[in-house]
Amino acid sequence: MKTNQLGLSFSSIPENVGIARMLIASIGAQLDLSLNEIEELKVAVSEAVSNAIIHGYRKNPGNIVFLELEIENDSLKIIVRDEGCGISNVEEAMQPAFSTDPERMGLGFVFMQSFMDELNVESVVDEGTTVTMVKYLNHISPSSH
Amino acid sequence: MEKVIERQTLILRLNGELDMKTADSLKQAIDTEIDRKGIRTVILNLQDVQFIDSSGLGVILGRYKKLYPLNGKVYVTNVPAHIYKIMELAGLTKIISFYPEESIIREELRKGNVR
Repeated sequence: MKTNQLGLSFSSIPENVGIARMLIASIGAQLDLSLNEIEELKVAVSEAVSNAIIHGYRKNPGNIVFLELEIENDSLKIIVRDEGCGISNVEEAMQPAFSTDPERMGLGFVFMQSFMDELNVESVVDEGTTVTMVKYLNHISPSSH
Repeated sequence: MEKVIERQTLILRLNGELDMKTADSLKQAIDTEIDRKGIRTVILNLQDVQFIDSSGLGVILGRYKKLYPLNGKVYVTNVPAHIYKIMELAGLTKIISFYPEESIIREELRKGNVR
């Protein structure tokens, strides 16, 4: 059962990455997550939103990034969606060290994968990309660390 | 950001969040010193950095890669524990030299123990 849901849509500009992080940090604190877990959520959201702006919209500021949060009793779902250029080969893009930008190390998906319990990426070329990440709550996670 | 240049060593004391918003200006601030002033040793003091993601890590690794063929070096100091964890996961701690305190590496450089 959903206990809370929030949505934020914002322009694809670098300033908004920090705002997306602030939102997830507030929700994490409200859910009584540890400071460490909140840090990890911030990194995961930062990577997903940065990907949307840098790759989805190719740094073009005139677009909208959608961030949706769905909180259930035992999970926090984070959805980051763009309506940008899409990824032609999702599997390849998710490989560590794959990057189209030499300065970004290709670590975005690695961090999302490490810090979240579930990660799903759906993408259609020229239509956009949706990244869905789930964090299990209440320490019932089989992969909780 | 606080900048000190001492004996051809650039010391940057960074603060705030190292993400895609701040990455480009940090990159430029360092590259200007490398390209125009011939700086070959860069010390990054991360004591007051609150957040880092792959954009910020990319700037640090990028400066390492830029300096490497020039026989230059990047040293990272005073890293908060939660930032260090991210850098460790990224594999940065295996490539770049870390020091707990800025004063330690500055002393080592002064004595000529490292360069």
